[in-house]
Amino acid sequence: MESQAIHTATLDLSKIREDFPILLRKVGGKTLVYLDNGATSQKPKPVIDALVHYYDFQNSNIHRGIHKLSQEITIAYEKARETVQKHLNAAKAEEIIFTKGTTDSICLIANSFSKTFIKPGDEILITEMEHHSNILPWQMYCEENGVSLVVVPVTPEGELNLQDVKSLLGPKTKLFAFTHVSNTLGTINPAKELIALAHAKNIPVLIDGAQAIPHMKVDVQDLDADFYCFSAHKTFGPTGVGILYGKEKWLNAMPPYQVGGGTIKTVSFKKTVYAEVPLKFEAGTPHIEGGIGLAVALDYMNAIGLDHIAAYEQELLAYATKKLSAIDGLRIIGTAKEKAAVLSFVIEGLHPMDIGTLLDQQGIAVRTGHHCTQPLMDYYGVPGTVRASFAFYNTFEEVDKLVDALYKAIKMLT
Amino acid sequence: MTIYETEQEIIDEFSLFGDDWEMKYEHLIDIGKSLPLIDPQYKTDDRLIKGCQSKVWLHSELKDGNLLFRADSDAIITKGIVGLMVRVLSGHTPAEIMGAKLEFIDQIGLKEHLSPTRANGLVSMIKQMKLDALAYSVKN
Ligand SMILES: Cc1ncc(COP(=O)(O)O)c(C=O)c1O
Repeated sequence: MESQAIHTATLDLSKIREDFPILLRKVGGKTLVYLDNGATSQKPKPVIDALVHYYDFQNSNIHRGIHKLSQEITIAYEKARETVQKHLNAAKAEEIIFTKGTTDSICLIANSFSKTFIKPGDEILITEMEHHSNILPWQMYCEENGVSLVVVPVTPEGELNLQDVKSLLGPKTKLFAFTHVSNTLGTINPAKELIALAHAKNIPVLIDGAQAIPHMKVDVQDLDADFYCFSAHKTFGPTGVGILYGKEKWLNAMPPYQVGGGTIKTVSFKKTVYAEVPLKFEAGTPHIEGGIGLAVALDYMNAIGLDHIAAYEQELLAYATKKLSAIDGLRIIGTAKEKAAVLSFVIEGLHPMDIGTLLDQQGIAVRTGHHCTQPLMDYYGVPGTVRASFAFYNTFEEVDKLVDALYKAIKMLT
Repeated sequence: MTIYETEQEIIDEFSLFGDDWEMKYEHLIDIGKSLPLIDPQYKTDDRLIKGCQSKVWLHSELKDGNLLFRADSDAIITKGIVGLMVRVLSGHTPAEIMGAKLEFIDQIGLKEHLSPTRANGLVSMIKQMKLDALAYSVKN
């Protein structure tokens, strides 16, 4: 079979797929082909087991009890923080803040960092390829505070022009926030270079890593990122939990965002003294089992090997790109040189939603629409795209199934 | 034919397809393609019912006490379902339209298209059809 020919990266797919129970599910009588990993990823058995084990055996609140269960779970939760720290190669565990997800992490920065470091008349720089979650918190902040939101345009290929970035990073720019990997285009932005450009002008950088962490090794110290966010659910962990990495020097200087139980040293009605990082940013009882499940997910990825995952997915992407490009009238949206395994496309004369509906009837789960990147859709002049987004458990055979199903959909629609 | 009778007619039509999704969707697509295009003058933004993904336009007018609908969509499957709705509801009195239960969609196995999360504008279209009926019944 053609699909075997270029498959050289070493992943034991049949073993890996056994770890994901949901992949055995039938949809409309057909085995599910899950290609909507950009929206959320599936969870391996160890993650599911960890969640069940938590409720079967460990459930208790953290950071407050002197009893055995509370101590045990506090240790487990803090160990999960260390796992995330190591995964990102952060300098300290205190630089890892548990949040609800990427959106929550960005909102935290937009509401807290801004209080200390941004003033009316300043500028915040983002890019045209951002997810709404990395647009709206800034737009709202800017509108309310007399700050300007400046946007780096994308090129037709779906890349950022470094010269544009350089000229838009101005004397008034107080933060540059961009996505590491575009959820719509798949573009891998040259994060290290972009950060260096900003740092050359003393401008701190926030990276939306929601779509990067599931696909590649990220080293926040090597990147020299000031802030880095991601969501557990997109990287094989539980929903409702995410991470904000921040350099300690910034976090220490930032005021708490949400406050309440867990964030304090002492409270009186006259004066409250807040705790140190990370606790001052973690108000209320957190998603304890979520944090623990995230650590299990990261361990799972590391056991396979992030380099192996990236190499395999690159082959999968190349194969899918080649097969899809051969379809008449199909146009791939996002043709950057460096891409993660995300493929957005439109087909001449057909509505993405019709295509998605007919793929769904054939057991193939893709996403259609604007993918929470409406400004990008406007730029490409399309109402939406069909997006197939892959994970390391997807196979070459599944790409073949997608292509066959697409041919059938096109035939039915034309 | 009453609204209920047209619904039954459609249910009978679709029952021929059984579990064959392909035949069912091909039929819908055919309906979508054959639906007379709405006059561009009515395809204005104030007649646009915005789903998150596909757009639906609805035009209604009262003639001899009956409400006539014309509709269109930029997605062909949505348009097919729109076509079924128009076939069922168009040409009836506002009171009849307001009272229509429209259970046929469920019975022909297309209920998922009417889920509020589907983002195709169909739920809003049905609401708009009934609102138009209400508006005309109040006027007269
Ligand atoms: C690039 C990007 N940023 C942010 C988000 C928001 O993530 P969450 O919904 O988990 O907060 C997403 C999710 O679709 C994304 O793809």
